[in-house]
Amino acid sequence: MPAPRNPTLSTLFWSFFKVGAFTFGGGLAMLPVMQREIVDRQGWQSEQEFVDVLAIAQSSPGAIAINTAIFTGYKLLGGPGVAVAIAGVVLPSFLIITVLAATLTAAEPPPLLTEFFLGIRPAVVALILAAAIGIGKKVLVDRFNIILAAVALGVSLVSNAHPGILIVSAAIFGYLHQQLLSRGGARP
Amino acid sequence: MIYLELFISFFTIGAFSFGGGYAMIPLIERELVRNQAWLTAQQFIDILAIAEITPGPVAINAATFAGYKVGGLIGGMFATLGIVVPSLLAVMTVAYLFLRFQGAPLIRSALTAIRPVVVVLIFMAAVTVGRQTILDFKSAGIAVLVLILMLRTKLNPILLLIGAGIAGVIIF
Repeated sequence: MPAPRNPTLSTLFWSFFKVGAFTFGGGLAMLPVMQREIVDRQGWQSEQEFVDVLAIAQSSPGAIAINTAIFTGYKLLGGPGVAVAIAGVVLPSFLIITVLAATLTAAEPPPLLTEFFLGIRPAVVALILAAAIGIGKKVLVDRFNIILAAVALGVSLVSNAHPGILIVSAAIFGYLHQQLLSRGGARP
Repeated sequence: MIYLELFISFFTIGAFSFGGGYAMIPLIERELVRNQAWLTAQQFIDILAIAEITPGPVAINAATFAGYKVGGLIGGMFATLGIVVPSLLAVMTVAYLFLRFQGAPLIRSALTAIRPVVVVLIFMAAVTVGRQTILDFKSAGIAVLVLILMLRTKLNPILLLIGAGIAGVIIF
């Protein structure tokens, strides 16, 4: 992992522009592109910090890509960073959709484009899975974390629990666990 | 004034949707089709199809498209702004508190427990999207190949996406 360094406003803009331009399918589909750009290529954040950003982005209202851009921009370069990161992530969509809305009369896309996207969608699944595996290797390193992940997986599979609720419950549980540990340690 | 109405509508949508773009879709439908009658049900379905096949967050795509249809270029800008501002207020507040208190033991222990849950949420996103997209041997083949390349090589995910798209044109 490269050493953390601070970006300039223009590199921050172009990084998020790429994220906006190559995010297909919305939400967490943009995560692999973002991780590659922010963590691997630019070294602006560690994998752990990136996970923290995702937790905040998922428990706040609004689109995950926008929330991640806002938090990352703020953390790296303050107010101007926020403006530049939002502009970067929003502009590709805004330009493409405006052109489409102005020119498109029939909703039917050309077959070539449909096939192109039929190929892209399973790749998006693979990219998200690769991100889960990559981040999982860094995070699931002790028994406590593995148990928490197993419980969260069980709850997600059997219920429609909202991500925000899972995240907040985990935070409370982590706090109680820590309290219990420190009390246990203080005993003679 | 239509621009202000667009801003307020999308502000409301942005402020009350947790869990990203797909969670916003029912809210957008209720507001634009039923409450405001800015779009017909058919137009709304068209927007979703377009949002799906174009890059970018679904929420931004829907806001830009609906805003344009209702109020032209400036309408598109106000709708997009409307959807971004609630995020801005919420995330900036959390970011400020987080960066200020992240060293505190309370926050540290909470964060330690949040991380494994985030891993699971990402995994579940793959499962959810996978159920809708991996429907036959061809799509499963693309997914497996891309997964192996992603884990074993340093190839850029953007290149992999473009490659998968070209493969799609060839095999589908």
